[in-house]
Amino acid sequence: MMLRVLNYPKPAIRRCSSKKMRTSSSTIVCSSEAAAAAATTASSSIAAKQHHRQFSSLPHHLARQNNGMVNIFVKSTKVPRPTLPKTFNRLKKPLKEEDVTTQHVPSHLSYASNKRMPITSEMRIVQPGEDTPSGIWPVFRMMDESGNFRQPDNSRHINVSKIIPPNHHDLLQLQSALTIQYPHFKHHFLSSGLFQPSKNPYPDMPLNKEEAEAADDVKNTLLRAHRQMIRLRKMDTILHNAQRQGRISFYMTHHGEEAIHMGSASALSPQDVIFAQYREAGLLMWRGFTLEQFCNQCFSNDHDLGKGRQMPIHYGCRALNYQTVSSPLGTQITQAVGAAYKFKLDAMNNKEKEAAISIVYFGEGAASTIDFHSACNFAATLGTPMIFFCRNNGYAISTPVEDQYAGDGIISRAPGYGMAGIRVDGNDVFAVHAAVAEARKLALETSAPVMIEAMTYRQGHHSTSDDSSRYRDMDEVQAAHDVTDPILRMDKFLRHYGWMDDDAVALIEDEERVAVLRAMEAAEARPGPKLDTMFTDVYHEKPPHLLRQETELRQHLKRHDIVYH
Amino acid sequence: RLVVCNAITKRRRHCLVAHLMLNLANVLNAKMMATLLSRRYKSITLSFHNYQQHLPAIIGARSSYYSSSAAATPHYQEAAYNNNRDDDQSPPQPFPYESYNPTNPDPNYPSLGPTSKLNLFQSINSALHTSLSTDPTAILFGEDVAFGGVFRTSQNLREEFGSQRVFNTPLSENGIAGMAIGYASVGGTAIGEIQFADYIFPAIDQIVNEMAKFRYRSGNQWSCGGVTLRTPCGAVGHGGLYHSQSPEAYLCHTPGLVVVMPRGPRCAKGLLLSSIRCKDPVIFLEPKILYRSAVEEVPDADYEIPLGKAEIMQKGTDVTIVGWGAQLRRLQLACDLASKEGISCELIDLRTLLPWDSETIIRSVKKTGKLIVSHEAPITCGFGAEVAATLQQECFFHLEAPIQRVAGYDTPFPLVAEKYYLPDETKNLDAIRKVMELAK
Repeated sequence: MMLRVLNYPKPAIRRCSSKKMRTSSSTIVCSSEAAAAAATTASSSIAAKQHHRQFSSLPHHLARQNNGMVNIFVKSTKVPRPTLPKTFNRLKKPLKEEDVTTQHVPSHLSYASNKRMPITSEMRIVQPGEDTPSGIWPVFRMMDESGNFRQPDNSRHINVSKIIPPNHHDLLQLQSALTIQYPHFKHHFLSSGLFQPSKNPYPDMPLNKEEAEAADDVKNTLLRAHRQMIRLRKMDTILHNAQRQGRISFYMTHHGEEAIHMGSASALSPQDVIFAQYREAGLLMWRGFTLEQFCNQCFSNDHDLGKGRQMPIHYGCRALNYQTVSSPLGTQITQAVGAAYKFKLDAMNNKEKEAAISIVYFGEGAASTIDFHSACNFAATLGTPMIFFCRNNGYAISTPVEDQYAGDGIISRAPGYGMAGIRVDGNDVFAVHAAVAEARKLALETSAPVMIEAMTYRQGHHSTSDDSSRYRDMDEVQAAHDVTDPILRMDKFLRHYGWMDDDAVALIEDEERVAVLRAMEAAEARPGPKLDTMFTDVYHEKPPHLLRQETELRQHLKRHDIVYH
Repeated sequence: RLVVCNAITKRRRHCLVAHLMLNLANVLNAKMMATLLSRRYKSITLSFHNYQQHLPAIIGARSSYYSSSAAATPHYQEAAYNNNRDDDQSPPQPFPYESYNPTNPDPNYPSLGPTSKLNLFQSINSALHTSLSTDPTAILFGEDVAFGGVFRTSQNLREEFGSQRVFNTPLSENGIAGMAIGYASVGGTAIGEIQFADYIFPAIDQIVNEMAKFRYRSGNQWSCGGVTLRTPCGAVGHGGLYHSQSPEAYLCHTPGLVVVMPRGPRCAKGLLLSSIRCKDPVIFLEPKILYRSAVEEVPDADYEIPLGKAEIMQKGTDVTIVGWGAQLRRLQLACDLASKEGISCELIDLRTLLPWDSETIIRSVKKTGKLIVSHEAPITCGFGAEVAATLQQECFFHLEAPIQRVAGYDTPFPLVAEKYYLPDETKNLDAIRKVMELAK
């Protein structure tokens, strides 16, 4: 799907590969040292040489210029071409003082409740039977609010951008750089699906065949996560406003929880079935639900997969293994246990088939329902491979967490049920991804459920029928938006490596905004579903009494055509 | 009081004594009453006309709720299961109604090959065995299902099919229902057991809000047709409030569900196999009084009885009687008694309560002009109300008498007063006579 709708001058966010272009281009975005090096003569500074050498090691198809010129490197014996990127060698040198910041690294986290939870850089899924954390369960986090990764001693972090020069959008290079820089998180980076490019181009990334970088970008999982978080934010804003204008009847936003969606969805496999509550549209978006399909459901037109039977945001898609959302809270949790049990039996009987889990999402409010408790008990007793994912976002409509539970959140219940569990920072996309990936592996290996509690903050209202200023301070919301917002954090991280800048972000936001508007207008223009959709699918075959009632209705409408037109 | 009686005439005194004895019976132990009577008042008791008829009333086992003049008590052996004696160590007596056509082949069913004499729980066991054998994704679960079930419906299944397919769940009905839905939604056949229909209410959210609407709300992308929830229902003689309920009315008010109730072992096996294989979620209500007491020749073959179709048990011309489950046995007895008075009754078993077969009933009522609906559940908003309302709408001008509903009272299901609560054959016979009288 072509999303390139504007003739926007492309910012040169990619590094120029030849000395010639470097000097002539005026919109190079890179670290200050490299720019300074580019301004000077090429041979004088070591940094420039190393910089050049670094780029000379790039494969040729990545060395294209912004203007389409192909710059094929000719092998030269004068310039030695190392086999490894220079970053590896460089990092063996001791860090300079200015590269290390002593910025305060928070040791505790508290998004909405008054409980302060200690932050840890060690991901430990607490197994049943192990020593549970004494006191408050710690929150696993990899990336701070500033977009920097945490050091194990939580004392200071290193400004990596000064050490690793910003590069082309090479995921593997970024991954290796991060692995070297943060050996503590080495395992997470190396196994993270966010750093693995896709084999085939993602159909919803902007496709521009002229750009080789773009051809690479369309397989870039990390950039897709970033773009989809922005897309979700835009869709929420626009459709929320559409409800205010009376164009749709209802909407629920996902502000502040985008990292949970993209982080967890990217760690799942397509055969894993998702049981969602209602604030998980980002999962569906990651799996490939288009903006048109979202809008079709919200506008209840004839292309709605649900045939116009449910309120907006009750999405469901069999093809993408996403169970249809229902309004009663918590009912999906027990159902997920049943699905996981089926997968367990399938895995036992059919070893060739790819193993699958079921993952169920719910808020901290739904974790008080009967279905949550029954489901936890069933899953742990029967040993079903599944993930219980709790989005603890601080509020259940107007009920703050202080009125929801007295214990230590939801995760402290896991050992009581005999279940493994971990608490993560829900605004850190890397931590969520790592936790879900590890939990999935554990669930399949041990055929047991794993609970993940993701701490986050619900920045938006509960729904369009809610005005959250009536029960919470808007300063709290503003702080969440300005400091701990997941998109902001991801943005800062990408800017550290020069992958994003103001222009690039503005371009993405504009593209997505226009795409949402177009999808919305197209959906609004479509007619509604046919009348017989009211009577079909109640049973697999329409029984006689429904046939009778449908006939009655049709006759009634014919008689009173004026009234119903 | 007895001294005062001497002043009154002999006949009246006897009646007075009988009345006093009745009152005393409520207070005194039955054994004490028997000794009292046998020793002191033998002369009085012997001189009673039809004393044997009233003796059970005095002892306290059962008393006629009609006046003694209209005593048309049925000629059956009093069932000991209705005793409320504390020291009753006797084994449970069989349900006192004989199964209709106990050994003769049923003309409604074509020949299905060799048969075995099975009771209800054995025939259900047979159906479950067949289902687990033919469908590799079928699983059976619930509370206490693994050792054979509290009613022995699942015995020997775990040994044969393994602990992964036949297993106990923790004690949570909503969990059982939800798990069944989830299992079926990804392509399996889930047979869940709710131990008593009285305990189905924790699962009502899953049943009504999820199970019934699963296909509809997803636009036919997802469905949970593989769900079958089996549960014992109905009066059992000593069940009280929480082991005797018939919740079909609550369930039948839910579009999207299929509700089935068999009346005996032979149709239970066929209906259960149909229900398990049905592409819609089914609640299968099993009348628990019939588990041991109803014995019929059940075919060994794998056979299915179509859902959504009523069965005419016996043809008649005078009055249509509709019922379901164990109630049909009382209705059969009432029909037999009525036939002795020359009334020809058409007895219909609904079998499937949702969606129910109104066409058969309408056709029958158009022929007979009179209708009686009978069920154990309380009369207000019971399923009989639905049948009555539909029939009066469709057959108003064919009706010769108002439609009668003979059902339980609007009280919670009582323990001691169960014999008064149940719409037994006497009440139904009265209703038949009343309807014939009104139609004249």
